Amino acid sequence: MNFKLRVWRQEASEAKGRLVNYYATDVSPHTSFLEMLDIVNERLVEKGEDPIAFESDCREGICGTCSLTINGEAHGPDHPGAACQLYMRRFKDGATITVEPFRARPFRLVRDLVVSRSALDRIVQAGGFVSARSGSAPEANSIPVPKHDADLAMEAAACIGCGACAAACPNASAMLFTSAKVSHLALLPQGNAERTARVLRMVGQMDAEGFGNCTNTYECEAVCPAEISASFIAKLNREYALATLRKKSGM
Amino acid sequence: MIGELEAKVPAGPLETKWSGYKDHARLVSPANRRKLEVIVVGSGLAGGSAAATLGEQGYHVKCFCFQDSPRRAHSIAAQGGINAAKNYQNDGDSVFRLFYDTIKGGDFRSREANVYRLAEVSNLIIDQCVEQGVPFAREYGGLLANRSFGGAQVSRTFYARGQTGQQLLLGAYQSLCRQIDVGTVKMYSRTEMLDVVLVEGHAKGIITRDLTSGEIEVHAADAVVLATGGYGNVFYLSTNARGSNVTATYRAYKKGALFGNPCFTQIHPTCIPVSGQHQSKLTLMSESLRNDGRVWVPKTKGEQRSPAAIPEAERDYYLERKYPSYGNLAPRDISSRSAKEACDEGRGVGPGGRGVYLDFADAIARLGEPTIRERYGNLFDIYEKITGEDAYQQPMRIYPAVHYTMGGLWVDYNLMSNVPGLHVIGEANFSDHGANRLGASALMQGLADGYFVLPYTLPTYLAGQIGKRPSIDHPAFREAETDVRARIAKMIEVNGTRTVDSFHRELGLLMWDRCGMARNTAGLREALGRIPALREEFWRNVRIPGHGAEYNQSLERAGRVADYLEFAELMCIDALERDESCGGHFREEHQTPEGEALRNDEKFAAVFAWEFQGNGTIEPPRLHREPLHFESVELTQRSYK
Ligand SMILES: Cc1cc2nc3c(=O)[nH]c(=O)nc-3n(C[C@H](O)[C@H](O)[C@H](O)COP(=O)(O)OP(=O)(O)OC[C@H]3O[C@@H](n4cnc5c(N)ncnc54)[C@H](O)[C@@H]3O)c2cc1C
Repeated sequence: MNFKLRVWRQEASEAKGRLVNYYATDVSPHTSFLEMLDIVNERLVEKGEDPIAFESDCREGICGTCSLTINGEAHGPDHPGAACQLYMRRFKDGATITVEPFRARPFRLVRDLVVSRSALDRIVQAGGFVSARSGSAPEANSIPVPKHDADLAMEAAACIGCGACAAACPNASAMLFTSAKVSHLALLPQGNAERTARVLRMVGQMDAEGFGNCTNTYECEAVCPAEISASFIAKLNREYALATLRKKSGM
Repeated sequence: MIGELEAKVPAGPLETKWSGYKDHARLVSPANRRKLEVIVVGSGLAGGSAAATLGEQGYHVKCFCFQDSPRRAHSIAAQGGINAAKNYQNDGDSVFRLFYDTIKGGDFRSREANVYRLAEVSNLIIDQCVEQGVPFAREYGGLLANRSFGGAQVSRTFYARGQTGQQLLLGAYQSLCRQIDVGTVKMYSRTEMLDVVLVEGHAKGIITRDLTSGEIEVHAADAVVLATGGYGNVFYLSTNARGSNVTATYRAYKKGALFGNPCFTQIHPTCIPVSGQHQSKLTLMSESLRNDGRVWVPKTKGEQRSPAAIPEAERDYYLERKYPSYGNLAPRDISSRSAKEACDEGRGVGPGGRGVYLDFADAIARLGEPTIRERYGNLFDIYEKITGEDAYQQPMRIYPAVHYTMGGLWVDYNLMSNVPGLHVIGEANFSDHGANRLGASALMQGLADGYFVLPYTLPTYLAGQIGKRPSIDHPAFREAETDVRARIAKMIEVNGTRTVDSFHRELGLLMWDRCGMARNTAGLREALGRIPALREEFWRNVRIPGHGAEYNQSLERAGRVADYLEFAELMCIDALERDESCGGHFREEHQTPEGEALRNDEKFAAVFAWEFQGNGTIEPPRLHREPLHFESVELTQRSYK
């Protein structure tokens, strides 16, 4: 298969970026999207040019490293899935494909298609945990958790932290990301003690990082490789309202 | 010069060694902990859990990872589960049984006392993770669920769908985040360690490169912990993440740390077969699938029919046939070799005949598709994404792939290498899995080391180190920094014609052919002849665009490949020296009449720990042996029949 690529090139955070044309020729349909970029890069290096910087690690959709917007969609057209799980057989032979980095105000561009998502780490640092010192835990089966709650918590916990939700959102909102962590921990008895403080701090941090508000466009849910449901955003809103109330009433 | 290898295993009966150790271990007072700095390189299960726990204890921790976030460490990709001796299924499990299975699974090439301790703390890990909010699978009654894994006859594996590693890592990551929040841990993401600094023989710091800016930095500390994972990517194609590397441990080796059993590699039986030349990695299909899937190949060579058209009588369920008591749950090394054998006989399936079927038809008929979907849905999805095939309708095709490295830096019972102050945890050390690791035991080891072992053993070293942290102005730091800079400059200056990846690929293929699932003298000697030549070409002809003072992925990879090009040689030397078969190390010269690994306990019941030799050159390494003494288990020919 043959493709024309339009790839975002930008040498550094402060440099000016632009779309540059490349050709990917003679690519097997069983090649993954990232492998196709590998092939393009090998040829660029052989010609003495700078390869396209893009990140990946596990290449099986779980580490959340890859951060490509492909033809305007975060992670490309094959939902649900990360860009590393996208295969060239999903495209028409001869197609033109535009590749850009995840864009959201709090994601600083590092180079070409690589961005920094440390803002997401800082949201988790603001309370996205259970304070359980090593060695302090009670026997694991001493607190039964209804299977339904555990399953639902798992659904929220499946978030891979890639940031596609914020990149896809017209307001660059990180509500889906934040709601997944808040919901995961709120659904389990172990997360209960810090529930109020957690949601208030995490939402505060999210705002401080410069992520926008949620206006219910559901773009986040559409691109989420881990199929995190937007209903968790509703849960986040409830948790937040409840916490605000509790805090006001001094509970 | 290194004296006798001392494992420092406490005296006394196996069952009380660890509790006895804890009762008498040295402590560091809270006031002194605040004065001590610990560097933890790695934020996977091992590094993440260690950094968080040491932070909780009040040490100042600096934690490093090369990914853009500690949550992306390769541990995130583990699928199947984590073992513990809880015996929740009431099927006869116990600490001793978990210990025994692990040591037997490792083909009696690991240290008894370490493995026993691992089994002992396994239960604490589950308690800890549940408390952190890890959403393990549960039964309808609300209690924790279990599944079986290879090499065991009990059901002791805890899991979170097919994403156990992700959930455990997020648990550790969240604990780490808590410590970052309170300021006991400082996190350095996108930062690669390029050397360890020794001051008067003690590990007292590291040299790093900020991968975003290219800046070289020095960090001093009172102790250094390496938790940098495994080196499976020496084979280029493996189930490991692209960034997994040997650099940290290899650099430490070149500074005098001994490398234990480097040739012990695990080839995992259930991976998606290679589909083409462009391939950048291999994808694991969790071993948990073997709980319900049946492995088979056609009985006749060159079979052309589709799997559904092959009648039962013409199928060979070879694992069930050869190992009736373990069947499809035979350990990994044995299952992998059996698959290779079937394919070598010309009975393999799929492109190139390098594949066997993993068939769920019976399980779906017995349990219904929804149950199978609930158990393995995400794995079936991954399979479909990669191959375009629906495994609910037709059997999966699988083939063995490099997966895990049991070898690693040699450590004593304290998890300290022979270099004082340099501790090594998780996959990066050699310690607990002998010549073959059982499924669901790497996650257990990583978290055992980080949450429950190192926090007790590190003070044994630190208690004597208060006030001894050198300043970064010490000449040892300058020297190491200069070396790191010089190496980078030299690499870029080559400006040849070949890409970094092309060297890596060539090395990988050579290692897979000659030092992979089966090894022999002639093949290993051939590899030992070719590796130096490839290395020489690398330093003469590699092309790295750009420069060092910028975000430069070619340079990052080049540094790792340069280390692999040296390390590969060490692996082959070790494989040649270990003139026996054991676990995943299969020397064709040594097999039983049925083709099983034939150990030689008299000569080789020992850890091979290699000491680097050379000064700017690479000389043949020097071998140290740690004899393995077995007091509580009897060495038997492993039998899973
Ligand atoms: C696909 C797959 C599935 C698996 N499934 C299971 C399973 O079901 N059960 C099980 O028990 N085991 C499983 N394993 C094995 C297990 O996941 C690993 O052995 C384990 O997670 C390793 O953890 P670790 O903390 O030692 O290293 P890693 O998780 O690999 O972490 C290494 C860390 O070190 C950092 N690092 C490395 N080099 C440097 C450097 N030079 N400078 C700075 N930082 C560095 C990395 O950034 C990372 O943070 C699986 C492995 C794979 C590949």
